[in-house]
Amino acid sequence: MLGHNKVDLALHHLRDGLDGGGGRPLLHLHGLGERSPEVVPARLAHWPGPVWALDLTGHGASTVPAGGGYSAELLMADADIALASLGEATVYGRGLGGYVALLIAGGRPELVRGAVIDDGPGLIGGGTEPGTPFVLPEPFTVTGPPDPYALLELSSDVRPPDYATTFARQAATLSGLDVAVAVASVNRPVWLAAVAQEPGVRSMSAVDALALFAAV
Amino acid sequence: MTIDDAPAVTYPGAHAPARDRTVVSHGVRLAVHEWGDEAAPPVVLAHGGFDFGRTYDVFAPMLAAGGWRVVVWDQRGHGDSQHAHLYSWETDLRDAVSVLNSLGPHPVGPVPVVGHSKGGAVMVQLAGSLPHRVRRIVNIDGLPTRRNWPDVPDHQRTKMFAGELAGWLDHRRRGHEVVRRPGTIDELAERRGRMNPRLAPEWLRYLVTMGARHDEDGWRWKIDPIMRLGGFGPWRPEWAMARLPGLSMPLLAVIGLQPEAMGWTTQPDDLLPNLPPGARLEVFEDAGHFVHIEQPARVAELVLDFLGEPA
Repeated sequence: MLGHNKVDLALHHLRDGLDGGGGRPLLHLHGLGERSPEVVPARLAHWPGPVWALDLTGHGASTVPAGGGYSAELLMADADIALASLGEATVYGRGLGGYVALLIAGGRPELVRGAVIDDGPGLIGGGTEPGTPFVLPEPFTVTGPPDPYALLELSSDVRPPDYATTFARQAATLSGLDVAVAVASVNRPVWLAAVAQEPGVRSMSAVDALALFAAV
Repeated sequence: MTIDDAPAVTYPGAHAPARDRTVVSHGVRLAVHEWGDEAAPPVVLAHGGFDFGRTYDVFAPMLAAGGWRVVVWDQRGHGDSQHAHLYSWETDLRDAVSVLNSLGPHPVGPVPVVGHSKGGAVMVQLAGSLPHRVRRIVNIDGLPTRRNWPDVPDHQRTKMFAGELAGWLDHRRRGHEVVRRPGTIDELAERRGRMNPRLAPEWLRYLVTMGARHDEDGWRWKIDPIMRLGGFGPWRPEWAMARLPGLSMPLLAVIGLQPEAMGWTTQPDDLLPNLPPGARLEVFEDAGHFVHIEQPARVAELVLDFLGEPA
């Protein structure tokens, strides 16, 4: 367990590096409403280094906070808490975790050695600008995880394309990598289509992307 | 350990609330302060970011004297309310609804609301989301119009943003250990004064005794230390302004034109095209962002006139 302010985050060690333990870690970020896998997913199987997976706030074995207040930026800080423990890492994210992988690649360009954005729940987000505002009239009964407040708030978070590309640009300019972000997803919501056009971002399969990042 | 003594700092016209109570909103304890007769019709006030309910200690009693039950809550993490796990615009909106729901037997009819700064923008969003809950709305310098970013070239902006982002992430990493710096009443007042140079030192000293607690090593602001000024995110000021033209209830907008660090630089020309039909705009040339603190009597008079007979 790692502390992120008042939240405890569960960082799971899925396996050691393939040849006896060493190498750069791969950090897996799950999608909205999911939790970390118990075994290494097939498309991550060839990663040479150790594989870790983080349960984001309100998910899996991490703390379910009282009364919501989620944002993708908060989850980026979750990922940063994991990086504080792991050091330099490659980040692979599914859905919402893919968006978080992009944000942290821009936020910690010196620590993230490649980010992979893959399909998964929460990839789309809440569009490019706010929709009709909605206020929850009565509290949710929380039986989670996953926290229903997370499901509500992180399925409507606004993702303007020029905001998302700021993070891609930052990752590309400040990481020193030729390819800083790989887009492996079939689905391309507006923010991701814009990111995919940026210099330093390449569309390729998750397996190819991880092979590329393993070699840098 | 908190030292429980009553500091002898007073301010002309400032009155402690007649009643303090607690509302639990989605699992978070909120401190609610009330002035005026409990049986009078309610008006609900929202304070700005990094403020707290007792910043209305002069303004609220003036509205109460006009025949209103004035209800203010400390937003989560602010003042005497609980420090929450997380904070967001959404949670403040939900807390506003919880306070409305606490005014009487459910369901409570529409009530007039007043908000300053961020509290004003939250109330505009409340009025747009739940128009049946809001009878009239007063917005005191709470309509942002533009980013606070200077106009700089793109590559420079990337670097600036990178620094801001790394600073924020570093702060989150230290989150469990950050505490606010202790000091004397004068020191805290002086620090706050750097952000609010237009406010009287005596007022800032008074605020310290309400918004800070007295620990063994000195006074500390009660606000959750995880909160920081500034920050970043996908949110754009113009989205708050976009809520304005569609409002169906009467609106009074008050702005102060004197620029200051915590202000939003909104000008009459930014507001006029966005005002809903019948809205009133009152411009204070000689006041800054904290219009109702600089000139409480003039603002209270305007608000009482706008609200009409308490009902």
